[in-house]
Amino acid sequence: MNLGYYPGCALHGSSDDYQQSLKACFSALDVSLKELDDWICCGATAAHSLNHKLSIALPARNLGLAAQQGCKELLAPCSMCSLQLKKAQKAIAGDAALAAEMSRIVEAKPDDARVLNLIEAFENVGLEKIKTAVKTPLEDFKVACYYGCLLTRPPKVAEFDDCEQPESMDRVVEALGAKAVAWNYKTECCGAGMTMASEETVLELSHKILADAAAHGAQSIAVACPMCHVNLDMKQSAIEARYGTKYGMTIYYLCDLVGLALGLTPQALGINRHFAGRKA
Amino acid sequence: MSRIGVFVCWCGENIARTVDVDRVVQEVAKLPGVRCAQNYKYMCSDPGQSMIREKIVSEKLDGVVVASCSPHMHLKTFRKAAQTAGLNPYLLEIANIREHCSWVHPDREQATAKAIELIRMAVAKVKNNHALEPIKVPVTRRALIVGGGVAGIQAALDIADAGYEVVMVEREPSIGGKMAGLSETFPTLDCSQCILTPRMVDVGQHPRIKLYTYSEVEAVEGFIGNFEITIRQKARYVDITKCTGCGECSTACPLKKNKSEFDFGMGTRPAIYMPFPQAVPARPVIDKNVCAMLTRGKCGVCAKKCAAGAINFKDEDKLVKEKVGAVVLATGFKLYDIGKKSGNVTGYGEYGYGKYKDVIDSLQFERLVSASGPTNGEIKRPSDGKTPKNVVFISCVGSRDNAKGLPYCSKICCMYTAKHTMLYKHKVHDGQAHVFYMDIRSAGKGYDEFVRRAIEQDGAKYYRGRVSKITEQDGKLIVRGADTLAGKPVTVEADLVVLAAAMRPADGVTELAQKLNVGYDQFGFLMESHPKLRPVETNTAGVYICGAAQAPKDIPESVAQASAAASKVQITLAASELTREPEIAHINETTCAACFRCYEACPYHAIEKAEVRNRKGELVKRTARVNVGLCMGCGTCVSVCPSKSADIEGFTEQETYAMIESLI
Repeated sequence: MNLGYYPGCALHGSSDDYQQSLKACFSALDVSLKELDDWICCGATAAHSLNHKLSIALPARNLGLAAQQGCKELLAPCSMCSLQLKKAQKAIAGDAALAAEMSRIVEAKPDDARVLNLIEAFENVGLEKIKTAVKTPLEDFKVACYYGCLLTRPPKVAEFDDCEQPESMDRVVEALGAKAVAWNYKTECCGAGMTMASEETVLELSHKILADAAAHGAQSIAVACPMCHVNLDMKQSAIEARYGTKYGMTIYYLCDLVGLALGLTPQALGINRHFAGRKA
Repeated sequence: MSRIGVFVCWCGENIARTVDVDRVVQEVAKLPGVRCAQNYKYMCSDPGQSMIREKIVSEKLDGVVVASCSPHMHLKTFRKAAQTAGLNPYLLEIANIREHCSWVHPDREQATAKAIELIRMAVAKVKNNHALEPIKVPVTRRALIVGGGVAGIQAALDIADAGYEVVMVEREPSIGGKMAGLSETFPTLDCSQCILTPRMVDVGQHPRIKLYTYSEVEAVEGFIGNFEITIRQKARYVDITKCTGCGECSTACPLKKNKSEFDFGMGTRPAIYMPFPQAVPARPVIDKNVCAMLTRGKCGVCAKKCAAGAINFKDEDKLVKEKVGAVVLATGFKLYDIGKKSGNVTGYGEYGYGKYKDVIDSLQFERLVSASGPTNGEIKRPSDGKTPKNVVFISCVGSRDNAKGLPYCSKICCMYTAKHTMLYKHKVHDGQAHVFYMDIRSAGKGYDEFVRRAIEQDGAKYYRGRVSKITEQDGKLIVRGADTLAGKPVTVEADLVVLAAAMRPADGVTELAQKLNVGYDQFGFLMESHPKLRPVETNTAGVYICGAAQAPKDIPESVAQASAAASKVQITLAASELTREPEIAHINETTCAACFRCYEACPYHAIEKAEVRNRKGELVKRTARVNVGLCMGCGTCVSVCPSKSADIEGFTEQETYAMIESLI
């Protein structure tokens, strides 16, 4: 099975561990990731706060490339990327004039490739198939599934099961034999890009997430977003220092957990490159 | 040759200023068939009417044209005058030379010419008119009330007290509706049950009210004055004529842990139960989905305990028919199902309703503070039975939220939320109530004073803003919201959260409305015929609406509307025959090809598929036929009929073409 792959800036930079895990995990599921040739930035936070048209044109270019390269399904493992791609797709689909204008600007016809976030990519493979492929069930794992703010919102674009009380990642984790704990901060903000401008904000917000997960018995947190991982994992020691606590909470990418259950080693998945929690 | 009289009115100066009435009379007197023509300063006045009456007699007129104001104004006046003089009223027509002529044209010459033309048209029409007789429809002088809440009860009692028989159909095992479950009512804080239950008893004991509880309207046939209603009496498994209401069965029933519908799931009830002690009728019902005898064929304890032998496990649904002349729909409301998908409406996962036990809706809170409730009126939270010391009330849950598909205001939530904070404070003196609101809407007699009392005397803290999320931590509900007046985020550690969910029409209302051909809006609320001038009528003659089925409203308003509907019913039932205007559709059965396009097109379902048979009873042909009780004379059938067999009496094609021809 082939799956189009739009890494976005993060997976080619600070979140290289995410890409390593993703590739290892999907190859174990017989899914080969075909990276979009000549992809560009999705626009992220910057584009849509400055220029509406640009915020559609940037993802539209990538969707155009996907069409040219015959990609019907496109995995965007960063929640910001998948959101921007879906948002542009919706805007174009509802407006013929805009679609024509975008085709002219990006010199390609943005096609309706199905954009998948990480959870949807696993759902696409099939939870039953994953369940049968599990070699080492994650029986002693108590995981808090953390969706963050962008994966489920805005509801009309993300079309999640329930944007406030989502369950879809929990179902993936449960399919691996792990326990997905019920907790409160599934969709709270981690502070995201504020890590550059105001680290304190990030420390405060991410601390609440870690504290709530720990209070509800989670030993680890699963994420499906590179930014969330940075704030919860890399900043965890700073959080612990600031609040005088010790969490030692492992922050897994969702594909880490799938990979582990499929029998891959933590090294193969790049878990050893994380900062916090139990080292492999 | 016709003998037509033309009477031209000056309307003081209104017509005469612009139209040369003398010349009009001279000109129209020359029209073929016109016997006499006259003008007068005020034709509608007594001398004016006498003039018409005298001329009808002296000139033996067989048609009259009055050239005056709009027929909306005085057609009835002049037709009555004609009738007094012995002329069939439908042989009198009005030529509107005021609104259609003198008032809108400045040029006297042109206006005069137009007035003559208008009169010529009316003369041409009158020549083709024929005498019509008003239609008499017999009336069954009984009324059906659907819904036994406070609105239905009020309507039923008003109609029955006026001397007419009433049939009341209630879906639940008891009448009483939502009001029977409320604690105390705003703005006086009188006990809801104390004021309602005597009225329920009045209904139960009224010699002219026939009560069908645990029943639903299955089908409706007929029309104003002559409805035939099929009622489904759901199997109750208890013969309410034998049962004495002693309650031994409920006491003996081993299956006691079923969620009580009356307590909105806050309490439990046995499998055989009376919804509440003051139920009318005070007779139990068996929940067939739970009862061990009915699900597994084992148990039967209640039957053994029943000295009256009233339990019947073989009971089945029964269909009964009732004839009524008028119908009142008082089907009430339900609360928006928070967090659950119903239709296109879903949302509020962030409030955790259904996830956290201590997040409840307003009707559940009513049961919690009600003396007849599962806690006997003590405020204990559902999770651990502790007395909550901080309670957060959130208003507009669903209401005024376009994203949830409910853009309307539910109208009563501001008031009952203020009431809730007071009732809470009166019972938990060291407790603190917090209210998150969008706007306080407290229009009504004594209403705003009531809200101020909640804030100023009973110390409820009001925050103008929305709640973004509720989470649970160490047995507390962490409510995070905004205080937009202070411009600050607010976090309240609450023990209990009460959500004021939007009001929606009760389940099944749209299906019922379809059976009665009554309109409803996009939210399912029943449509009134005119929002201001016909607020309890529907577009189907003889069917009236009241209470929260029409729109969200409080008790006083529901009661007032119910009495209004009752008075409309009394008007309908006052005469043994209804007189209807004969200007309705007529099908020429000789030419009708039975294509039934009119049957499909008629918005009032007034066309019937009929058969014409000869004396031997053999089928000669099929034809469309107009039900004179239902036809509203809209003319849709005329426009769709390919064989020109449909026509409107008083506005026939012949009459209309004659008018047009007179102009050419």
